[in-house]
Amino acid sequence: MTLAIEARGIDKTFDGVRALVGIDLDVEQGTVVGLLGPNGAGKTTMVRILSTLILPTAGYAKVAGFDVVTQSDEVRKSIGLTGQYAAVDEFLTGRENLRMFGSLYHLPGKLAKARADELLEQFSLTDAADRTLKTYSGGMRRRLDLAASLIATPSILFLDEPTTGLDPRSRLGMWEVINSLVATGTTVLLTTQYLEEADQLASRIVVIDRGAVIANGTSDELKTQVGGDRLEVVMKDAQSLAACADALRPLASSEIVTTAVTRTVVAPVAGGSAVLPDAIRALDAAGIQFADIALRRPTLDDVFLSLTGHVAEEEEAASGKKRRRKGAGA
Amino acid sequence: MMTTTTPTSVDSHRPPLGWFVSDCVAIGKRQIKTFLRSPSTFFFALFQPVLFVLLFSFVFGGAIPIGNGLNYREFLLPGIFAQTVTFAVAAATVGIAEDAQKGIMDRFRTLPVNQASVMVGRSFSEMVERIMVISIMSLTGLVVGWRTHTPWTQVLGGYGIYLLFAYALTWTGLFVGLTVPNVQVAQTAGVAWVFPLTFLSNVFVPTKGMPHFLQVFAEWNPISSVALAGRQQFGNPVVGVGTSWPTQHAALLAVGWSLTLIAVFSTLAVRRFKAKRD
Repeated sequence: MTLAIEARGIDKTFDGVRALVGIDLDVEQGTVVGLLGPNGAGKTTMVRILSTLILPTAGYAKVAGFDVVTQSDEVRKSIGLTGQYAAVDEFLTGRENLRMFGSLYHLPGKLAKARADELLEQFSLTDAADRTLKTYSGGMRRRLDLAASLIATPSILFLDEPTTGLDPRSRLGMWEVINSLVATGTTVLLTTQYLEEADQLASRIVVIDRGAVIANGTSDELKTQVGGDRLEVVMKDAQSLAACADALRPLASSEIVTTAVTRTVVAPVAGGSAVLPDAIRALDAAGIQFADIALRRPTLDDVFLSLTGHVAEEEEAASGKKRRRKGAGA
Repeated sequence: MMTTTTPTSVDSHRPPLGWFVSDCVAIGKRQIKTFLRSPSTFFFALFQPVLFVLLFSFVFGGAIPIGNGLNYREFLLPGIFAQTVTFAVAAATVGIAEDAQKGIMDRFRTLPVNQASVMVGRSFSEMVERIMVISIMSLTGLVVGWRTHTPWTQVLGGYGIYLLFAYALTWTGLFVGLTVPNVQVAQTAGVAWVFPLTFLSNVFVPTKGMPHFLQVFAEWNPISSVALAGRQQFGNPVVGVGTSWPTQHAALLAVGWSLTLIAVFSTLAVRRFKAKRD
């Protein structure tokens, strides 16, 4: 197996605050790895180190076989980066943006034009190609941004929260585009806050929390670890939460969580949709009235709850603040 | 989707310097298009200086006596050129700070190009804007009665001094823009040094009326040197300048200041842009 990305013991400290603590990360060539974690967990910091934008405080990383610190020029020839903020020029048209990046990637003029047209077509932006980006929707900007990072057909692509802030339809569109990229053999490192997104796109998921890796495996392994689907019951009043939990206990695969504020009982369950009628029967037999019942996939919160014992928290970590100063060096 | 993919072999037949120039051009083109398509930037860059010319010509001009029956508008225009290229720096500062916040700078910094070209290309595009502004102001000046009285070669020399100074200030502004933490600070920092420096100069009034210490400061102020050199090159009124070294060697000092600023701030700005955060 060939590693497209190999990181060992990556530490990053911002003004005395440790944003990353000994991260190890392997991404095999031609695969998609999802870096999953809440805001401030260190996902963006990791991507910025791997894409040569910032230096690690300790540890080493190789991307496309080159060291990100000492061989950054070589690394840059093999990578594309799409960040959380669309990194395209809003006063240029879609076509102009792509041609500019084509020329900056030193594609010969004709090729840069052909490649721009091809990408506009692939990302369904041909109709909007000659309008300035100010007229684009959020989803269109993200697609153009992704197209810009693909102009020189990089072998490794970094996608930093590619769908954050998009409406559900645009998100599905982005997923489709990313999946088609993967089909062409591009290696992708994707960061996301959504378990569902990592599940959809990535073959392997690395969960990070407070700058450290807390889980690493395939999507199925991770789900087994967090105990399968979640049965969620919303009660009419908080008094009957305990009774409901008791009634569901025989069906649960691990600990049941009750939340008084939202009047919910969440039970991890195995066995898929067959559980639902069983649950309704059990509640009925116990004479428990409920407002709503549903079977859903585990979310990031569930993953965190079962892995760390706490829910995913947004941390005011140094990495989050520092991002605002990305243009500045030091 | 993704059925056809043009092979993207990188053209390697060009020498590094050729690439550097083409990268600068690509970045510069982007900046100029952005400038032309951003109505507010365009308006402030072009019309504010014109308003200043009209304001000082018709409103304040009558109340500022420069003596000997000399034409204030001929005194004013070379000063206002210097003021304009100085004020324009604020836009360069805010522009690059905005880019840094938006993330397009990150994309530029992950490009496999000589990173200096991103800054150099930008500095050239700023010059295209300055040339447009100075041209429009010259036309406005001609309309309100400003004239040059020297051979055209000397007039061109005068414009050359303004552009060299404008280039020096552009680098200063780019460095400031890369150093501040965000756009809001850039908006303040961009003009914080520009205002006092412009008014503590000979741009609008002769320096002889100032208290002694201010007079010394104003005479050594690069903006004064540039304005005075411009007046000399254009054959416009030079009044109340005294016999101090800086007033006797205005053109030399203007060029010296400019080259020094370019050397210092282009180095600092490029280094700042390339630097990775620790």
